Amino acid sequence: MADTAIAHGHDSGHGAHVTSTGLSNNKLAMWMFLGSECLLFGGLISTYMLYKGRVNSGPQPDQIFDIPFTSVSSFVLLMSSLTMVLAVSAAQRKDDRNTNLWLTITALLGATFVGGQVYEFTAFYREGLGFTTSLFGSSFYTLTGFHGVHVSVGIIMLMALVGMISRNRIPGNKAESVELVGLYWHFVDIVWIVIFTLVYLIPS
Amino acid sequence: MAIIERPSSEVAIAGGSTVGVKPSEALGVFKRPAASTSWRDWIVTVDHKKLGIMYGVAAFFFFIVGGLEAVLIRMQLIAPNGKVLNADQYNQMFTMHATTMVFLFVMPMAAAFANYFVPLQIGARDVAFPRINAFGFWCFLFGGIFLNTAWFLGGAADGGWFMYAPNSSTLFSPSHGIDFWSMGLQITGIASLTGAINLIVTILNMRAPGMKMMRMPIFTWMVLVVQFLLLFAIPVITVALFLLTFQRSFDATFFDVASGADPLLWQHLFWIFGHPEVYILILPSFGIVSEILPVFSKKPLFGYPIVAMSGAAIGFVGWGVWAHHMFASGLGPVSVTVFSMATMAIAVPTGVKIVNWVMTMWGGKLQFTVPMLFSIALVVQFTIGGLSGVTHAVAPSDTQQTDTYYIVAHFHYVLFGGAIFGLFAGFYYWWPKMFRKQLSESLGRWNFWLMVVGMNMTFGPMHMLGLQGQPRRMSVWTEARAGEGFFNLGFWNRISSIGSLVLSLGVLLFIINVVYTHKSKKVAIAPLDPWDGRTLEWMTDSPPKEHNFDTIPTINNLDEFFHRKYAQDATTHEITQVATAEEVLAEMNAHPDEHIHMPSRSYWPILLALALPIIGYGLIYNRVILAVGVAMVVATMFGWAMEPSTAADDDFDPPAPGDGGGHTKELAPLG
Ligand code: HEM
Ligand SMILES: [Cu+2]
Repeated sequence: MADTAIAHGHDSGHGAHVTSTGLSNNKLAMWMFLGSECLLFGGLISTYMLYKGRVNSGPQPDQIFDIPFTSVSSFVLLMSSLTMVLAVSAAQRKDDRNTNLWLTITALLGATFVGGQVYEFTAFYREGLGFTTSLFGSSFYTLTGFHGVHVSVGIIMLMALVGMISRNRIPGNKAESVELVGLYWHFVDIVWIVIFTLVYLIPS
Repeated sequence: MAIIERPSSEVAIAGGSTVGVKPSEALGVFKRPAASTSWRDWIVTVDHKKLGIMYGVAAFFFFIVGGLEAVLIRMQLIAPNGKVLNADQYNQMFTMHATTMVFLFVMPMAAAFANYFVPLQIGARDVAFPRINAFGFWCFLFGGIFLNTAWFLGGAADGGWFMYAPNSSTLFSPSHGIDFWSMGLQITGIASLTGAINLIVTILNMRAPGMKMMRMPIFTWMVLVVQFLLLFAIPVITVALFLLTFQRSFDATFFDVASGADPLLWQHLFWIFGHPEVYILILPSFGIVSEILPVFSKKPLFGYPIVAMSGAAIGFVGWGVWAHHMFASGLGPVSVTVFSMATMAIAVPTGVKIVNWVMTMWGGKLQFTVPMLFSIALVVQFTIGGLSGVTHAVAPSDTQQTDTYYIVAHFHYVLFGGAIFGLFAGFYYWWPKMFRKQLSESLGRWNFWLMVVGMNMTFGPMHMLGLQGQPRRMSVWTEARAGEGFFNLGFWNRISSIGSLVLSLGVLLFIINVVYTHKSKKVAIAPLDPWDGRTLEWMTDSPPKEHNFDTIPTINNLDEFFHRKYAQDATTHEITQVATAEEVLAEMNAHPDEHIHMPSRSYWPILLALALPIIGYGLIYNRVILAVGVAMVVATMFGWAMEPSTAADDDFDPPAPGDGGGHTKELAPLG
């Protein structure tokens, strides 16, 4: 049929159809979304950089940061990118069992990171840094909180993927769905590397 | 479900939209909505054309709301010490007027045209993500309504459309108005962002064979540039709005000067969004007139690649000029110089477009139809607004002008005289395509002239008022500052206010024209190709079938439709008609694609969008409502994810008699 040769797509993940650019609609959309997210974090990071030294009351950044602790949780998050890669490659081999295994491990590593963040937030709060304490406090919690929410959304997507793969309810291309969640997950990790460097490692 | 599961030649006979599909169950929660002709179909539709019309109707409603607000403002200022509004009401009025016009009229009206015509212009059957498209529309509608409910819940936002901090804090604006404003814009922002991703993917990925980028109609090009601007500008305003909400609702300190906050943070975030935003507002109209001028000049667009590329150039340079809105804020001489230069530079690609339009008309056989009149008026009025823009690109002169009526004059010339005139040109031009009837040309002429006179009468005098020093956003002016003779403030204020009534009359005539066209028996069905169009959207039925094209055309030329109707003699260069529009269409429809699988209707988009204002009310009033809203988001997203975008094969009605059966294997999924 003539129209199998034309560009058409789906929001259900029929990545296999021919498109004008050759990229599937879903993948192109994910790239666009991540491009947009760059500016979201760009705005939040700029706000933090502007305000990190502005402490009228409450603790200064270097008084509360626990670099070794955060380094460990950052490492955990980085490792989750590795396991995500393994999940994607398993999905491309159509190996559902290993896909699910690696996706679950990725989600667990992500959850560990979020747990670490919750712990860190409570510790900072006890040391006197509330959301409203100072400009530093407001902008720190907003930036890292936004990132934490992104990781949490990622975990939900991973778990949903595991559930849908095991019940065989993924519409369209399974490997591509895993790859898309993977793209998002790597993006969130990269953002964390930037945040970790700018917020924790560079002294104010 | 919009599934057409039989040879489309039959569908064509059936009218294209009523093919029955049995409702099946998705998730066991809802039955999938089936196709119907009742109002319910509009709620569950994912058809880009229906959504385009819905965007248009809703946006026009907000246009009337914003227009009434504007008239109230002008009535307050018609005479010294006006008593129509008190200062507080006046603040709410100008804030909501601007917010409504920018976010709830011009942006969604551009989305209406983009939704309806981009798939047609590139030879696609729908957008890339139809359900997300529907979701975007509902977000816009519910966000806009949410924003306006503030009027009845203690007062609307009152900080001006740019909502400068710290004036936006609870100390200076204790009502919930600004909370509604920031959350409402957050919701409409979701509409813009999802729409942007959707249209970018559609334009890049779903072009018909042979539809190279440099063969796309200019309107599609401008829509593409606008979607990229939205893609990168919306997240910036999102950040700003979050900071504002956190400040007002959770006592964060972002704009609290006592804690050492920098009020310029808001200004930078707002204008990094805000300047690209003005191009988001104008470029769709530039696209529309770039379609119309060639059609009524009987010539191809002069310098097509230059028009496309200057649009893209505006898109890039538009990111580097935001601080020209902040010349008076003490940025320092270096920044001011840099931004001043950059702003003058951006006038260049803008001027290039004007030259192209004029050259398109030059030597053409001009037909002064109503869409053409609106387009020409855009070129003239936008040029005036662009020139006053250059006068405030010059920073020293801007310090005289900023925050006066001169600025108000500038942006109304570009926005009303430019963007809105372009949209009206689009109404008249595309009406016969969308509704099979052509709006009356004679009423249209009244509509046009009243709007031109009204617009120039309202905003022209504002140049004078501003240079005389009348500040913007003041609820009264006094006799004491009125000035002498020609420079008398009272005189020009009166002219301007009367002008606003003339302008309103013009808009009213448009509404009358629409009612007349559709109610009067005297108005005949419009011909298939009433303007002798050039682009692909005219190569469809009026209105187009649900699946747009029976066969997807193969594109060999820029202005493909024109080239199918006309041929040029190789030696004499004489252009002769070789086919009528009807013949071109009949030839295309002669061998329709066998199976066209359209995306299915869905309940989830409207339900998910409905949850968002509930979250908004929850954040403002009550944590229980908040919890309900969040639960609704989770549930609807889950339902959405589990519902395939195209119904399963066993969802279809049994094959129609004579359909031979057995075709289901070679479904061509689409959309
Ligand atoms: C030739 C191109 C243009 C130039 C050089 C230009 C320049 C400027 C400058 C320097 C200002 C700030 C003045 C002040 O506040 O003191 C301004 C304000 C404004 N411009 Fe333009 N402009 C141009 C085109 C446009 C277009 C195309 C639009 C929209 C369609 C637009 C909409 C606005 C608006 C809405 C404001 C006022 C914002 C506010 O203060 O509320 N301008 N323009
Ligand atoms: Cu600007």
